Amino acid sequence: MSIQVRNIHKRFGSFVALDDVSLDFPTGELVALLGPSGCGKTTLLRVIAGLESADAGQVLLDGEDASGTHVRDRQVGFVFQHYALFRHMSVFDNVAFGLRMKPRAQRPSEKQIAEKVHALLDLVQLDWLADRFPAQLSGGQRQRIALARALAVEPRVLLLDEPFGALDAKVRKELRRWLRKLHDELHVTSIFVTHDQEEALEVADRVVLMNQGAVEQIGTPEEVYRRPATPFVYGFLGAVNLFHGRVDGEGLRVGDARLPRQAGSFGEGAEVLAFARPHELDIVVDADAGASEGIAARVSRVLAFGITARVELDGVNGAHGQHFEVEITRERVERLGLAEGQAVRLLPSHLSLFESRQAATTAGAAR
Amino acid sequence: MAGATTLRLNTAGSFGQTRFEARAATRETPLVKWLSLGTALTFFAVFLLMPLIAVFVEALRKGWETYLTALIDPDALSALRLTLLAAAIALPLNLVFGVCAAWAIAKFEFRGKHFLITLIDLPFSVSPVIAGLVYVLLFGAQGWFGPWLAEHDVKIIFAVPGIVLATVFVTFPFIARELIPLMQAQGKEEEEAAVVLGASGLQTFWYVTLPNVKWGLLYGVILTNARAMGEFGAVSVVSGHIRGETNTLPLHVEILYNEYQFAAAFAVASLLALLALVTLGIKTWIEHRAAHAHQDLHEGQS
Repeated sequence: MSIQVRNIHKRFGSFVALDDVSLDFPTGELVALLGPSGCGKTTLLRVIAGLESADAGQVLLDGEDASGTHVRDRQVGFVFQHYALFRHMSVFDNVAFGLRMKPRAQRPSEKQIAEKVHALLDLVQLDWLADRFPAQLSGGQRQRIALARALAVEPRVLLLDEPFGALDAKVRKELRRWLRKLHDELHVTSIFVTHDQEEALEVADRVVLMNQGAVEQIGTPEEVYRRPATPFVYGFLGAVNLFHGRVDGEGLRVGDARLPRQAGSFGEGAEVLAFARPHELDIVVDADAGASEGIAARVSRVLAFGITARVELDGVNGAHGQHFEVEITRERVERLGLAEGQAVRLLPSHLSLFESRQAATTAGAAR
Repeated sequence: MAGATTLRLNTAGSFGQTRFEARAATRETPLVKWLSLGTALTFFAVFLLMPLIAVFVEALRKGWETYLTALIDPDALSALRLTLLAAAIALPLNLVFGVCAAWAIAKFEFRGKHFLITLIDLPFSVSPVIAGLVYVLLFGAQGWFGPWLAEHDVKIIFAVPGIVLATVFVTFPFIARELIPLMQAQGKEEEEAAVVLGASGLQTFWYVTLPNVKWGLLYGVILTNARAMGEFGAVSVVSGHIRGETNTLPLHVEILYNEYQFAAAFAVASLLALLALVTLGIKTWIEHRAAHAHQDLHEGQS
């Protein structure tokens, strides 16, 4: 089933949770709502489920306006961050709950319910836990039971609110691979909320990036990572280095330093924000630079345990107080002979430029 | 009374306690330990145990025969009946009110919520005598509704309805007070999960909300019952002390005592004490069960 939201507004007191959000979720896709906490992603999910009502706007389920439809009639499956399993019921009774609550005319027999529940428990590979109580399960097991419970009523859409947020890193990684596999088998239209960019990029067919109640960008994981549409997206997806600069003739002036000009249609003297991923920066030692190009920095730490080395640097002179992160090969580190405290220059191989007007809203997000 | 109304789950701390004891670094000297233990036990013996024993000793001083005579005295039986009646009416009323109030406060946001919470505590903070007087002012012969009631031949003050009203008033907060923190701590996620799964409001309440609070609810009922049967002040003001008609057990004890019938007074008092002991027994059992359920909840969460 497809989901559309049209011009959704939602406020809590003076806080604007959703500001004119319109989105399309096509049938059968697994979409991630990604953003920092407080960006409105969970509120949007709850509005779609009907657990929260929007101040204005429409939710269309399968093209039909669902604004007047009660939660219980929307046929959505909802998975909560903290599982929300019924603590006084066994795993079996938890999964059977939705079926047993159906009106008598639609309710399957106890035998049919038992078959269905065991099939679902098989699906989440936890059939052997049917008689346990939620308190006796691990976090990962609980969340899989919660998913089985949501699937029992054959929902037309599956909504997951930070499903792996309360789990430790290893289980989280395992479960998200498992969720992807499950979705490939079931093809239920699914939306899941997360603040973990890695999770969103790894699991989803499409990613919706949200910030301050508005949608920043929609695209495949590849698109949003390779071509961030806004400074916010750039800053939110992966580590990034940020420079404030001004277009200056054939180059870009950042403080006292000069960087080679990048593509982009900015007028002379325009204030710009320049982003570079850690692997898009190179380190040159003063002696072999020759020219004065590059940003002056001082090496503060060299972390070289993998194939690539991470170098952390502090800005000096104009960029004082700023920190940079550079990813280069270990060989290069050895060739340069980098040592802590050494003065070097940073040269970007690629810079993404954005007009500085948006600087105020994104400064906090760019890490 | 107010301090005793939260369900305590003591077992959680017992493991930390033993470890605390076993370590030399955190252990107090034996002197401190025995001094505090001794003080507590002395107070316990003098102020709690001795009166309880005294009640039974005094009641049986003149033998079983006098004891039984005092209990099967028609006035005593009538007082017992009235006490049980008042409790039997006050209990369901408070049950309904307590569950509704707790549900409303824990699950919804509305204007005046804090005011309502404060208001629920009023019977705890106000002297029961004042509560009784308020009803006299409202429904007494000279009260606001007095003339109207007299006209329609309805008797509230110095009659059974007054006693029930006073009992309801003083026992008002017990169940609500017990349930509100419990429901607030549990949040509304489970209810939301139930509704998303297609459950109706009634089904959600019956299959999800109620089972989650059942021990707290039972505990509140026990406390309400104990207070309803033992209430003296408020009931005394509205009762009028008409023997065989508007005397409850506590009032009957007072009358007997004032008439120097000590053995009879203590005999009836021992009946109240027995009721209290049974209540305490049930209460302990519930606490034990609740703590057990609580422990189950935290098992395997690591």
